Amino acid sequence: MSLVSEPKQGGCALPEITRERGQRQVFCGLAGIVWLHRKIQDAFFLVVGSRTCAHLLQSAAGVMIFAEPRFATAILQERDLAGMADCNQELDRVVADVLERRPDIKTLFLVGSCPSEVIKLDLGKAAERLSERYSDRVQVIDYSASGLETTFTQGEDACLGALVPRLPALPSIERSLLVLGTLPDVVEDQFRRLFEALEIGPVHFLPPRQASELPPVGPGTSVLLAQPFLGETARALHKRGAALLSAPYPFGVEGTLAWLKAAAAAWGVTPERVDEVAAPAVARARRGLEHYREQLAGKRIYFMPDSQLEIPLARFLQRELGMELVEVASPFIDRQLMEPELALLPEGVRVTEGQDLETQLDRVRAARPDLTVCGLGLANPLEAEGLRTKWSIELVFSPVHGFDQAADLAELFARPLTRGALLQV
Amino acid sequence: MQLTLWSYEGPPHIGAMRVAASMKGVHLVLHAPQGDTYSDLLFTMIERRDSRPPVTYTTFQARELGADTAELVKDTIQACYDRFSPEVLLIGESCTAELIQDQPGALAQGMGLPIPVLPLELPAYTRKESWGANETFYQLVRGLLHERRPAPGESRPPRPEGQRPRANLLGPISLGFRCRDDVTEITRLLDMIGVDVNVVAPLGAAPADLLRLPEADFNICLYPETADQTCLWLERMFGQPTVKTVPLGIGATRDFIAEVGRVAGIDTGSIPMPDWSRMPWYSRSVDSTYLTGKRVFIFGDATHAVAAARVASEELGFTVVGLGTYAREFAREVRAAAKQYGVEPLITDDYLEVEARVAEAHPELVLGTQMERHIAKRLGVPCAVISAPVHVQDFPARYAPQMGFEGANVLFDTWVHPLMMGLEEHLITMFREDFEFNDASTPSHLGHGASPGRAPEAAASAQPEETPAAAAGDPAAMAWAPEAEQELKKIPFFVRGKAKRNTERYATERGIQTITVETLYDAKAHFGR
Repeated sequence: MSLVSEPKQGGCALPEITRERGQRQVFCGLAGIVWLHRKIQDAFFLVVGSRTCAHLLQSAAGVMIFAEPRFATAILQERDLAGMADCNQELDRVVADVLERRPDIKTLFLVGSCPSEVIKLDLGKAAERLSERYSDRVQVIDYSASGLETTFTQGEDACLGALVPRLPALPSIERSLLVLGTLPDVVEDQFRRLFEALEIGPVHFLPPRQASELPPVGPGTSVLLAQPFLGETARALHKRGAALLSAPYPFGVEGTLAWLKAAAAAWGVTPERVDEVAAPAVARARRGLEHYREQLAGKRIYFMPDSQLEIPLARFLQRELGMELVEVASPFIDRQLMEPELALLPEGVRVTEGQDLETQLDRVRAARPDLTVCGLGLANPLEAEGLRTKWSIELVFSPVHGFDQAADLAELFARPLTRGALLQV
Repeated sequence: MQLTLWSYEGPPHIGAMRVAASMKGVHLVLHAPQGDTYSDLLFTMIERRDSRPPVTYTTFQARELGADTAELVKDTIQACYDRFSPEVLLIGESCTAELIQDQPGALAQGMGLPIPVLPLELPAYTRKESWGANETFYQLVRGLLHERRPAPGESRPPRPEGQRPRANLLGPISLGFRCRDDVTEITRLLDMIGVDVNVVAPLGAAPADLLRLPEADFNICLYPETADQTCLWLERMFGQPTVKTVPLGIGATRDFIAEVGRVAGIDTGSIPMPDWSRMPWYSRSVDSTYLTGKRVFIFGDATHAVAAARVASEELGFTVVGLGTYAREFAREVRAAAKQYGVEPLITDDYLEVEARVAEAHPELVLGTQMERHIAKRLGVPCAVISAPVHVQDFPARYAPQMGFEGANVLFDTWVHPLMMGLEEHLITMFREDFEFNDASTPSHLGHGASPGRAPEAAASAQPEETPAAAAGDPAAMAWAPEAEQELKKIPFFVRGKAKRNTERYATERGIQTITVETLYDAKAHFGR
């Protein structure tokens, strides 16, 4: 519950970042499984954890998943902890069950949790052993998504980071563009078409739709981040020789254009050519945004820390829709990956890293913003206090990147306000 | 290790949260890692609660593990006390905190806060949510009333002349199944027979209300899953008898009234059935004849499952083809009931096993939890929800109790609604080959949007014996003639599997190599229905 203010970084006028510590109202990294298991179609996620982990996944995913999920929890029990059962033997048995039930699975992720970390269950060794046993059909990969080490979207960073050592080497004379971060298939296809038109390529995506089709990486690889929360993965790719392209994230017209131009520059394509190729999509997006700008301009918005998307989204809402930023809080701010975004924030905005929930809520109540972006645990209580809210989880689960989703993204913020104005009850 | 896809219950600290969230003036401090705060959304989203549950978390991370988590516990408790000024503080820990053994309960008690501080033991690796709620409620009542119990042998003073008997309603809880409306309904029912409600707990009670528990003449254990331990303790310490009949269904409501009468010493024999009790007549009316013998599979918490079995068989004329619970603590009650209906009890919290058993039983209706709603949807069988675990749909805006006479009305409506109506069902049986009107159709009153979605693969996985001879043992020994297979398809899907098995058994026993239409009808005549 201490506050530490960082001095302004020398040179550029980046906003000051206030650090907070205290109770954090966030998901742990396990929540990432909810979208990762749908994106990577031949993968299964086996959490080695407690009943709490299983309950979290179920609550975060909603019981709305009608198909059998490609994730499960191996729940640790008393006998596992008391050493009466050899955890490794037990794990092997559970893995055999899973693979027998799902013969279509090609990649099995063993996902570490808080309890498995605390009892120091070595999932790395287990993954090695099981990879050998099932070498003819399944690759077994481990990563930790425990709340001790990961906050919400950092779970994806840990998962993709674990894939990096397995990426095949890109021959040193070749080059490629690697787009990093889970994108909805429809958005991925849009970007693919844009890169094709710009003659940038070959383009690969990480995560791939099939974990058995991992993209190559090497000194000729340029990495373009589609999501801002993948710092560890980006650095691991860098260690394999890839170059990291620095750009704002592809939210809104401005972000998407700058993002494409960063790739274009690496391929020697002029910014004018990007403008030309993107012109129809940009025009569509601007037309779409106009309508929401009327509604959102001048409205005050508060971002509670959640997915690490807060800063890029705040930038989009402020610069393209004219919203006023009351506070932009993020659970974790990766200075390197966030620099291009921070530079675009208006002067004087409060940027907070970390959380002390109760004092933050005091600030929200005092500021009474027109819209508060927050998690599901806080939304109804704030609504009951007369504040309009936007569920942050929807921003992670909806197609919001790129030109053709810019208006959809704006609509997500406009909807609670429209609804608030509409209701007479 | 236990492989779990979906779970019926959360860990025990969720049960403790449910007790705290039910009450006023009670706050729970949970020693738990970052991420465990997810459970707030159960209350704010599923129950649409308009305030945060009264729970404060330490949300420790790896960096605190290296430092002093005990200090973090104490700071959190102090900050929580200063901000929320609770009347009672509960101290618990989640699974991970249990492993690092900070003893937050002892730390809290050592802080000298001027309010009752109750440490909770919530063994996360052996127990589950309902147990946690039951234990927390018991510890809370015991913690507040322990010092006030009368000396052994001291008898209760008699009820003053002219004062109506008073009862406590124990067990209704946050995120329970329809507790809100059950409390209203049972309060109304008790008033009708001349009994006042002293305290309802934990739902809506403050610590001061718990202190008034001993003023009641007896306790009603409305939800044994939450309150049986508390009722037993109050019975032992304060000599308050416990009414154990749970008034779910007409018969049980009558039994409940009789038991309350006995315990309260009032004559309930002359009390007429209220005129708003419509269920008995609705069930007797001729249009309900088609409900006779409907095969129903029941799964849920023990109390609701056992009660549902009685209502289904005695009050709607259904046939119980499966009965089970995920709550091992109450397995005995379910086993006894299952024996009565001649079915094998299913005691498991393995969702996949429940799914397999439902598929095997070929029910025409599933009464279950939100989990069985999914199973039923996959299998294309109608379903009504009768028990927690709950979903946002289980908190209807309207008044919809399950207990008492109005509750029985609600049961009739909600269980019969998903089924085909009588004449419609007959027509479907007669004109099975009509491409728009077959047994995969949705009942007309449910509309096409609510298609049961009998996806081919779901139906296939539900009925593995559809592959001829899979059930017969020797695949080479027997085959179905094409006409016989066509004829088999005309049999309603929910008995088709059974008809198939019976026919194959009949054929095997008689050494018949090819099953013809004749064999099919011979077998039908042989086994009858």
